[in-house]
Amino acid sequence: MVRALFGRPWYVTETLEQMYLIGIGSLFLIVLTGAFAGQGFALAFSVELADFGAKNYLGRIMSISIVRELGPVLCGLMVAARVAAGITAEIGAMKSSNQLDAMVAFGIDPIRKIAVPRLIALIVMVPVLTIICDVIAILGGWIIAGLIAHVTTTMYWSAVFERLIFGNIFIGLFKPVCFSFIIAFVACYKGFSAEGGTKGVGQATTESVVLTSITILCVNFFITKLVFSLIKGYL
Amino acid sequence: MIEFRNVDFRYEERPILQNISFRINGSESVVFMGASGSGKSTILRLILGLETPQRGEVLIDGKEITRMKESAKRDIRKNIGMVFQDGALFDSLTVGENVGYYLFEHTNLADDEIESRVRQMLGFVGLDPDDVIDKLPEQLSGGMQRRVAIGRALLSTNPKIMLYDEPTTGLDPQSSENVLRLIVKLQEERSVCSIVVTHQIADSFAIAKRFVVIDKGTVAFDGTLDQLRDSNIPQVTEFLDPFRESMAGVLERKFVAPG
Repeated sequence: MVRALFGRPWYVTETLEQMYLIGIGSLFLIVLTGAFAGQGFALAFSVELADFGAKNYLGRIMSISIVRELGPVLCGLMVAARVAAGITAEIGAMKSSNQLDAMVAFGIDPIRKIAVPRLIALIVMVPVLTIICDVIAILGGWIIAGLIAHVTTTMYWSAVFERLIFGNIFIGLFKPVCFSFIIAFVACYKGFSAEGGTKGVGQATTESVVLTSITILCVNFFITKLVFSLIKGYL
Repeated sequence: MIEFRNVDFRYEERPILQNISFRINGSESVVFMGASGSGKSTILRLILGLETPQRGEVLIDGKEITRMKESAKRDIRKNIGMVFQDGALFDSLTVGENVGYYLFEHTNLADDEIESRVRQMLGFVGLDPDDVIDKLPEQLSGGMQRRVAIGRALLSTNPKIMLYDEPTTGLDPQSSENVLRLIVKLQEERSVCSIVVTHQIADSFAIAKRFVVIDKGTVAFDGTLDQLRDSNIPQVTEFLDPFRESMAGVLERKFVAPG
């Protein structure tokens, strides 16, 4: 699939269509996820920080944890649940009804025509969705900071921006790109290898979502570990 | 010309075809018959290069295709049209987009020109272009879907060889007859080599002069209709016996291509 990424023909229309379906289609889900995750996280931490008289650090914690960890992971998991299932089911259904063979018979490479546009769309849209998720989650934290934790707006945002440094932003955008590859590879592989008719497609779809989610969580840990080893000075 | 030389094909260690050899010339029409699971459809997939045999050679116009690169196979496929079982139409595309699929993907023709050719082809396969061109495949009957699939195969490559996988299975008698008429029409008007896989005995007699019976992955019989009827080969008689009573009338059945 990676080799096909750089070869002709390029299916621009299909790629733009997938970007729309993945990006706009997942937007509401991501906004909801960011809003509730951010508020819940801020609520839990504001209580704990208050015990130590450190409520003013809420913005700092929100900034680091959302941008570096929660935003990319939550966004990755949500997109995996929504998009991976769709990709696997679509490709699996096409395979079981011989549509993939028909494509090959007409001289079309299904990897280039189906898998590559979805991969490119994911690589572009998941980081964008992650940024939106981060912003919404931090805004949610600001609401909790103001209404419940009684942290001033100035204090909250200055703490947030204090930790929005290159290293954190880099990790926060590097992870979604990795997650995009995981979602595309697993979902397409499960779709192309689905067998056994409708039941097989259903099973492949379930496996796709489970495997994608677990892999995202594992890879997230190892990226964080790797980053701490390599660029700790920039964090 | 299509030639199989000692072809063996296994699927997950299960033997599907064993030591299959035959040759089909130019504009011949051949029907492959046999029980479900006997390996008939696999023969079509091997001709199209969708599967690779574990042993033996498949030659299309003298070129051995089993070890060819995918890009080279694409050139071979340009001369072959395939009508898959159940049509295999792209369900997210309209009938017009399905029939014009190859032209949209592989040519720089203007949309108007493609639509004009699509309409012409829909008319050729006996469908009303105005009625069906914007419909989705699921909105058509099984027989109409099969005719759209034939139109798609024809418009794509102007093929010398047409492969039909169970073209009438699951269709009502009228739809079935329409599809068979179309196959005969293609043979007569375009002199294409037709290879039809079916277990519909009655249909097969109407569209070919040569018959191959596949039994458990081997060629049990290869000959004309008269030879088939008089055959004493156990696998052939076992396959044909359930149809003997109705065969007499069926043998007289002839399809005339519509004008």
